[in-house]
Amino acid sequence: MIQAVGKPTTALTPHRPSFFARIWRQRALQLMVIPGFLWMIVFNYLPMGGIVMAFKSFRLAYHSIFQGKWIGLSNFREFFADNYFVITMTNTLGISVLRLCIGFPLPIIFALLLNEVRHMRFKKIVQTVSYLPHFLSWVVLGGIMITWLSKSGVINDLFLALGILRQPVSFLGKPSYFWGLALISDAWKELGWSAIIYLAAIASIDQEMYEAATVDGANRLHKMLHITLPSIRGTIAILFILAVSGVLNSNFDQVLILKNALNAERATVLDIYVYEMAMRGGRFGYATAIGLFKSVIGSSLLISASFVVKRLQGRALF
Amino acid sequence: MTHTVKASHVRQHIRESVGERIFATVNYAIMLFVAFISLYPIWYVLVNSLNDANDAMLGGIYWLPRVFSLENYKAVFRDATVFRAFSVTIVRTILGTVGSVLFTAMVSYGLSKPHLMLRRFYLAIGTISMFFGGGLIPYFLVLRSLGLLNNFWVYIIPALFSFYNLLIFMSFFRELPPALEESARIDGAGDIRIFIRIIFPLSTPVLATIALFNGVYHWNDYFSGVMYMTSRTDLEPIQTFLYRIIAQTSAQDIRSAAGADVVGKSLTTSTAVKLATMIITTLPIVCVYPFLQKYFIKGMLIGAVKE
Repeated sequence: MIQAVGKPTTALTPHRPSFFARIWRQRALQLMVIPGFLWMIVFNYLPMGGIVMAFKSFRLAYHSIFQGKWIGLSNFREFFADNYFVITMTNTLGISVLRLCIGFPLPIIFALLLNEVRHMRFKKIVQTVSYLPHFLSWVVLGGIMITWLSKSGVINDLFLALGILRQPVSFLGKPSYFWGLALISDAWKELGWSAIIYLAAIASIDQEMYEAATVDGANRLHKMLHITLPSIRGTIAILFILAVSGVLNSNFDQVLILKNALNAERATVLDIYVYEMAMRGGRFGYATAIGLFKSVIGSSLLISASFVVKRLQGRALF
Repeated sequence: MTHTVKASHVRQHIRESVGERIFATVNYAIMLFVAFISLYPIWYVLVNSLNDANDAMLGGIYWLPRVFSLENYKAVFRDATVFRAFSVTIVRTILGTVGSVLFTAMVSYGLSKPHLMLRRFYLAIGTISMFFGGGLIPYFLVLRSLGLLNNFWVYIIPALFSFYNLLIFMSFFRELPPALEESARIDGAGDIRIFIRIIFPLSTPVLATIALFNGVYHWNDYFSGVMYMTSRTDLEPIQTFLYRIIAQTSAQDIRSAAGADVVGKSLTTSTAVKLATMIITTLPIVCVYPFLQKYFIKGMLIGAVKE
């Protein structure tokens, strides 16, 4: 720091300490950072090296990724020819598209409506209570759903009493209900939590706009649609782009607990198939290839998303 | 905040039209509905767990216990497996949360210094890791070659660091007044001393936020137990234990849906244990989170600003 104040220095100035000397001078700081760097190498970068398994015939019994026969692209060819390619892609995309079209707008609507509540105490209580499901584990939630959706569960009792159903239905035993149940449970769990960002965006809107609109005779609906909604448009756009880029990601914890032998044909998403192929089928090379296929598409989507956001916002995503 | 309150006060004095009153009523109804569906599932589990297990199997308990009994809770506390699983969860939550908060905060402090050499390189390494990954299976094999399978430390070490949390920490550290640090430096304090003595005590809000996120993760995680405890069921956390019971009762339920008669003694016992365990795992979080609201909201927003 100090020598920089003097004469203009060049790389050849004899007084400039060597690279290692400068590192040594800030060894305390470097010592704080290097453990994090090493952690990332071990837990983020070593697994990337494991991707070579996708091009090998690899079994669990092998001790290192250098074992196993090279088989080129056969794992990928096999996956694209597999019936499960279409099934898993349909399920993954189907649940994601439902989530984007229906699940995504719900927290926005909730935030807009909550913002219209005048009674501050009531508003605070509803908001606090709405976070609760976010803090429940998927195991607890899945357990409740399995009980409720069974033939003798609450939902059947309710629907029979209301005359919506004549016969009790095992909701989780019918494949055709699975996507809808995945959507509803996810939307329910994250409704209040996802609304936090929108509520904060709404709170930062200039109140004078509302006062001016009131003077002009605007009612609540006008103000909601013409002031509140346009003011949080930027936030919505960014979150939507991010959600689109995650279209191949499924909620693993959710699907693993709700899936069973009867609904498997609609519940097997890509992530679950990778897990089952490896952990139950022992086919590590094949599972890695499917995982790689997914992450190549997923990473390209995420990178594109971050470019779009950068354009919109004028700064980087991360 | 006061500004909003004042503004709404002014608006309340303006006479509302009929349409607005209908809107307000419908809106309150929707809000009550949201509050109800958020609370009711846990209420349902609570009243059923406080009911005699055999009677609860008949169904129809919605609002209050029909045959009140604490037997389910006694059964849970008598069960050595449940007790052990709870201990695993408690130990991993404490160790994992403290460890990851301290570790990530330390790395973040170092990285927040603009004069840190190789800073751009470290940041690039971290940023790339947010976009690419090896996937589940290669990760599993790395853990295996590190000897972390069937090892308690698999809960702690791989969760020690998070680049995302690092970004939240860094944006907080940047806001701290540099004068405090400079005066300590003049007094001869080194970087590590400044971090421990000055930065750390000033960072309670961000530490609480990250601790809450990590704590909830450790408390609720069941997947690590399913995936990485391939032969040591004695090291499973309570959520994994619960997952196994639920998967088992769900399989029985599916079989009975397919016509087989499986309702018997074992199902009653496991249902009783299941309900009581659900309440015991949920209660600590339900009691704690309302008081930490300002912290997690702040954390969500710092994250969102980065987004």
